[in-house]
Amino acid sequence: MFTLEKRPMPSRFWGAATPVVAVLLTMVAGGMLFALLGKDPVVAIRTIFWDPLFGEFAWYLRGQLLVKAGPLILIAIGLSLGFRAGIWNIGAEGQYIMGAIFGASVGLAVFPTESRLIFPAMIVAGAFGGWLWGMIPAILKTRFNTNEILVSLMLVYVAERILSKAALGFLRNPEGAGFPGSRNFAQYPAAANPELITGTGMHWGVVAAFVAVIFAYVLLQRHILGFQIKLAGQAPRAARFHGINPARMMVMCLGISGALAGLAGVFEVTGPAGQISIDFNVGYGFTAIIVAFLGRLNPVGILLAGLLMALTYIGGEMASTNLGLPSAAIQAFQGMLLFFLLAVDVLTNYRIRLFAQRIAR
Amino acid sequence: MTDAKELLTVQGVTKAYPGVVANADISFSVGVGEIHALLGENGAGKSTLVKMIYGLVKPDSGAMTLRGAPYAPSEPRVARGLGVGMVFQHFSLFEALNVAENVALGMENPPALRDLASRITQVSADYGLPLDPSRRVGDLSAGERQRVEIIRCLLQDPKLLIMDEPTSVLTPQEVEILFKTLRQLASEGTAILYISHKLEEIRALCDAATILRRGRVVATCTPRERTAREMAELMVGAVLTPPERGTRQTWPATAPALQVADLSVASPIQFGTSLKSINFSVERGEILGIAGVAGNGQDELLLALSGELRSAPGMVHSFGVALGAKGPNARRKAGFVSAPEDRLGHAAAPDMSLIENAFLTGAIRKDLAKNGFIDWRATRDFAERVIKAYDVRTPGPLVAARALSGGNLQKFVIGRELSQSPKVVLINQPTWGVDALAAAAIRQAILDRAAEGAAVVVISQDLDELLEIADRFAVLNGGRLTVPRPVQGLTIDEIGLMMGGAHGMEVAHVHA
Repeated sequence: MFTLEKRPMPSRFWGAATPVVAVLLTMVAGGMLFALLGKDPVVAIRTIFWDPLFGEFAWYLRGQLLVKAGPLILIAIGLSLGFRAGIWNIGAEGQYIMGAIFGASVGLAVFPTESRLIFPAMIVAGAFGGWLWGMIPAILKTRFNTNEILVSLMLVYVAERILSKAALGFLRNPEGAGFPGSRNFAQYPAAANPELITGTGMHWGVVAAFVAVIFAYVLLQRHILGFQIKLAGQAPRAARFHGINPARMMVMCLGISGALAGLAGVFEVTGPAGQISIDFNVGYGFTAIIVAFLGRLNPVGILLAGLLMALTYIGGEMASTNLGLPSAAIQAFQGMLLFFLLAVDVLTNYRIRLFAQRIAR
Repeated sequence: MTDAKELLTVQGVTKAYPGVVANADISFSVGVGEIHALLGENGAGKSTLVKMIYGLVKPDSGAMTLRGAPYAPSEPRVARGLGVGMVFQHFSLFEALNVAENVALGMENPPALRDLASRITQVSADYGLPLDPSRRVGDLSAGERQRVEIIRCLLQDPKLLIMDEPTSVLTPQEVEILFKTLRQLASEGTAILYISHKLEEIRALCDAATILRRGRVVATCTPRERTAREMAELMVGAVLTPPERGTRQTWPATAPALQVADLSVASPIQFGTSLKSINFSVERGEILGIAGVAGNGQDELLLALSGELRSAPGMVHSFGVALGAKGPNARRKAGFVSAPEDRLGHAAAPDMSLIENAFLTGAIRKDLAKNGFIDWRATRDFAERVIKAYDVRTPGPLVAARALSGGNLQKFVIGRELSQSPKVVLINQPTWGVDALAAAAIRQAILDRAAEGAAVVVISQDLDELLEIADRFAVLNGGRLTVPRPVQGLTIDEIGLMMGGAHGMEVAHVHA
């Protein structure tokens, strides 16, 4: 048969080629899935990958691309720093929700005051909310050695309960005739996060995402903190030898990823979403995990991966409305992307040898 | 002694692994009752060769005969069945089981445990290897564990016994006991294939020697007729110069460069050894050698000195400044450099380049970061200087640390630390895994730092090395440090006693 042989050095070629191969394999396997569901696979794949950019409704959908990609990129950048350090924050979704609630609360508390300071204050509150929600697993981990994966994940469900409480209770629009959901920020200019250039989908959250990409790039390439993050993830003992305090690293990474997720939340609630509602969160925090890995935990890669993932979201939605594909099939399709990515990733560190029986042990 | 009758012959055996030829066209033979040394540096191909003889590895080409018959064991079971036994450098014993149970697990058809226990007692008495079959292996010393492995082999009545670096874990007294046993076995006709790179041992014990270098046989000789120096040069393929030390300078009197007072810390390592009330001080220009069998607190002592493991502030002082509660970076600022034993994963990050690994510890003393931003150009210069000065064989500084051979990485790590103009040098196992030439260069570099006024602590399991470079000598035993004594005038017997003797077993050979 064939054997896997560890490469002396990680392959640069496969490091770059892995995402491309994974996307192609996902198209093939996804096409088979759609064919089994009785749809024309070529049409389905084209609807997902081509039509949003160049099809009939591209003038509208291209704008949606940045709207969807912005929060994904912003969250994924934060997560990637933690993942690089070996800190597994799976609860970005909860931090995103808490950021939105904190930010929205500040804005709604002063309604209908008009001041230029309101929006910045909301942004700060949103980042703080996400940071706070990230601190819970960080402190539980450093104090009691709990597992940050489980704690951060479970806090997502806590955050969802708080969200529905907010939508139905303390943040509900008093003039909303009893309907769940807060006031709409689109009607409150001091707190709104409007589209900056009409038709592009560009809003302050997208700007923040681009800034985060640049910031993370410089951090990882040039700054000692970036070096320490990488070191802590790759060789924990060497990291302690270097002088890194693992507890401080945990607090820092969960803090940054929480704050960025919180930022994404507050930009979303003030902009594209417009209000706090029961179903405000749509899984950006979880999808961002895929984006982070698809982008190879590299800031520029994450930028591209975020755009690609946004494309499958928009295209997937189109496919389900136009072709009648079940949304579960679209989700399976998106999941395949991570699956193939991890599978092909093996080639970065190993090479395949066919019939390599000469290597006795 | 040897007679003409040959037990094992190896003819033209070759074995290649991806990227390296471990054995190339190797031929030699071992006679009945002969103690035959396989001599070579790390990586010379000794282990691969004996693994083929023991059936663990299949040769690519070549042939072997055992007692005149073709011999090509497909697995160790076949080799054992034909009377070939092997004692590995790293023991494969279950700590939770007792001696007899462990022996039974390694046998094809073990007898009832009670019979086995009496046979173990019998064999251990016959060969002067005292061992109580009912003791738990977890409670045994390294020397006693080795006896379990030896007796397991002896019970199978071997014709050829392979021993891989058997003395690396033993105290001098235990080595003496082992040698008596091996000589007795040889006199009864058992051939012994003895793998080592310790030349004096081989001269004392072996009848013949085959010397390997880079996978080839470079010489065969009778060890008694050669000096250790001659054999070392055959093994290395170069002329060795012993390290030279200048006359020791006297430095202006200050507080000691390193003072450790009543240092007690719990081990952070599972099943590790906690440090118990350790006291010593090292002056400028002085080298303190710390010996001891592995696992007696060496790792913990280095962690506590480098700052990875913190203690009460007053437990570690340097030039009068209390550093016990400070971390590694504060200590580096104070002039400390340290090299832990485990190079890959601890002293260096395996997947990072040599440049990044140079930054790992060099950042502070070489001033490689400004305002938190890394000066990669200066870091690269630093890495390249280390590579050049310490003869690190690598295609370039961008190569990942794990792509280097153990010896080359060792040179890089030691070079990186010694190139930082240190005031206090802390090294665990400075020459572990490097070839003799590089080892000599590393020892010389350590001596040079001392000559420049650094206080040096060298922890090593190589007694000869310590006696060669250290000014004073102490032993770590169960987390306690003996009082350091001047190396001059110290005898091997005294060292053995400092190391805790042979665990009360010195009388073993009285009747033999």
